[in-house]
Amino acid sequence: MTIASPADPRRPNTSLWFAATLAALVAWVVVYRQLVPVSDWVVAQLPLQPGSAVADAVRFFIYDTPKVLMLLTLVVFAMGVVRSYFSPERTRALLAGRREGVGNVAAAGLGIVTPFCSCSAVPLFIGFVSAGVPLGVTFSFLIAAPMINEVALGLLFALVGWQVALAYLGFGLAVAIVSGWVIGRLHLEGWLEPWVLAVRAGAVDLPEDAMSPVDRIRAGIEAVRDIVGRVWVWIVAGIAVGALIHGYAPADLLAAIMGREAWWSVPAAVLLGIPMYSNAAGIIPVVEALIGKGAAIGTVLAFMMAVIALSLPEMIILRKVLTVRLIAIFVGVVGLGILAVGFLFNALFA
Amino acid sequence: MKDVKVLGPGCKRCQTTAELVQAEADRLGVPVRIDKVTDYAAIAGYGIVSTPGVVVDGKVVHAGGLPKTEDIARWLVA
Repeated sequence: MTIASPADPRRPNTSLWFAATLAALVAWVVVYRQLVPVSDWVVAQLPLQPGSAVADAVRFFIYDTPKVLMLLTLVVFAMGVVRSYFSPERTRALLAGRREGVGNVAAAGLGIVTPFCSCSAVPLFIGFVSAGVPLGVTFSFLIAAPMINEVALGLLFALVGWQVALAYLGFGLAVAIVSGWVIGRLHLEGWLEPWVLAVRAGAVDLPEDAMSPVDRIRAGIEAVRDIVGRVWVWIVAGIAVGALIHGYAPADLLAAIMGREAWWSVPAAVLLGIPMYSNAAGIIPVVEALIGKGAAIGTVLAFMMAVIALSLPEMIILRKVLTVRLIAIFVGVVGLGILAVGFLFNALFA
Repeated sequence: MKDVKVLGPGCKRCQTTAELVQAEADRLGVPVRIDKVTDYAAIAGYGIVSTPGVVVDGKVVHAGGLPKTEDIARWLVA
C-alpha cells in the first residue's frame, strides 16, 4: 500500500470523522431523551380511552419501537468498532492446538467479539477443525458466537436491566464452555461427516489489515447498515407481539403458566424455543413484556437462549459437516445447559 | 489476465463480491477471469475461515465481508 499524502483526496480527514461521530452521538442522546414526552403526546392525540387495554398496547408500541431501534443502533455500532479488531482467521490461530479446558474458555470469550455470521458457520467449522482446534473447543465457539451477541446483551441491558444482562453473559459463557467441554470429552470426532477430516487446511497469510481509526468507525457504520437493516422487521414484529401481551394478556394467567411456581415451564420453554427461529432483536421485546406480566426471568431467558442458540436453519447448515447423531448430541447438551440456567436464574432472582 | 477466485458457498455477499470485482476490473480496463469456488473442502483448502474470500493469481488477499473497492483496485493492478 502506498502512503497517501495529505493532499490525496481519497485520504479521509480523521478529525472531521471524529467530530461527525461525536455530533451523531450527541444528537442520539438528545433525541433519546425526548422519546417519553413525544410518545406520550402522540398517544394523547389518538382517540383512545386512557388506561384501556388498547391505549396500553398502543403506548407500548409507540414508545418502544423508536427506543429499541435507537438502542440497537448504538450497541451495534460500538460492537462493529470492537469487532474490527478481531477476525475469524486470527481467532483460529489463537485457538489452534489449545488444550481443552483453557481452550473452551478462550473459545467462548472470543466467540463474543469475533465477527460471525451463521452463513459462514460451515467454512468456519471446517477451518477450525482442520487447523487443529479441538472439536469441543470449536463447539464452545460455535455456541457462544450466536448466543452471546451484541443485540441480545444491549437490548437486555436497556430493557430489562443490567443485572439480567450480566447474568445472561455469565450463564451464556458457562453454557458454551461446559457444553463444548462435554462434547470434547465424548470424543465424537468419528461422528463428523467423513470428508471433513480429510480436508487439509491451507495456511493463509493474509496481509495484516492496517485499519485507520476512520476505517473502524466505518466498520461500525457498516455493521449498523447491515444488522439493523436486516433485523428491524423482526424488532417491529417483536414489539407488536410485546404490545399485545402488554395490553391484553391477563397477568395472573402468565404468572400461572410461566411463573416460578410452575417448575415444568422451564423445560417447556426450552422445547418450544428450539424449533423456533428468531433473533435477539425480535425476541427481547416479547421477553420484556412477559417479565412485566409476572413470568419468571429464568423461564423467559431459557426460552430466549433456546430460540437464539439452537435454531433449525443453523442445524440444517451444520448438517453438511455433522452427522445427525452429532447434531442430536449438540442440541441435547446445549439444551440441558440452558435448562440448568433457567432453574438457576429462577432460584437467584427470586 | 488476472485470475480471480471468489470463495463462498453461494451466499448473497459472495455474489456481490464477484460483481464488485467485475465492475472494478471493467472500470480499470484490466482483463480478468472470475471463478466462483463453492465447494467447502476447496474453500477450506485455501485456509480461510470466513467468507466471502478473494484469491488473486493464487494468493489469498481477502476473507470475510465485502471487500472495499479501493482494495479490489489495488489487487487488480498489482
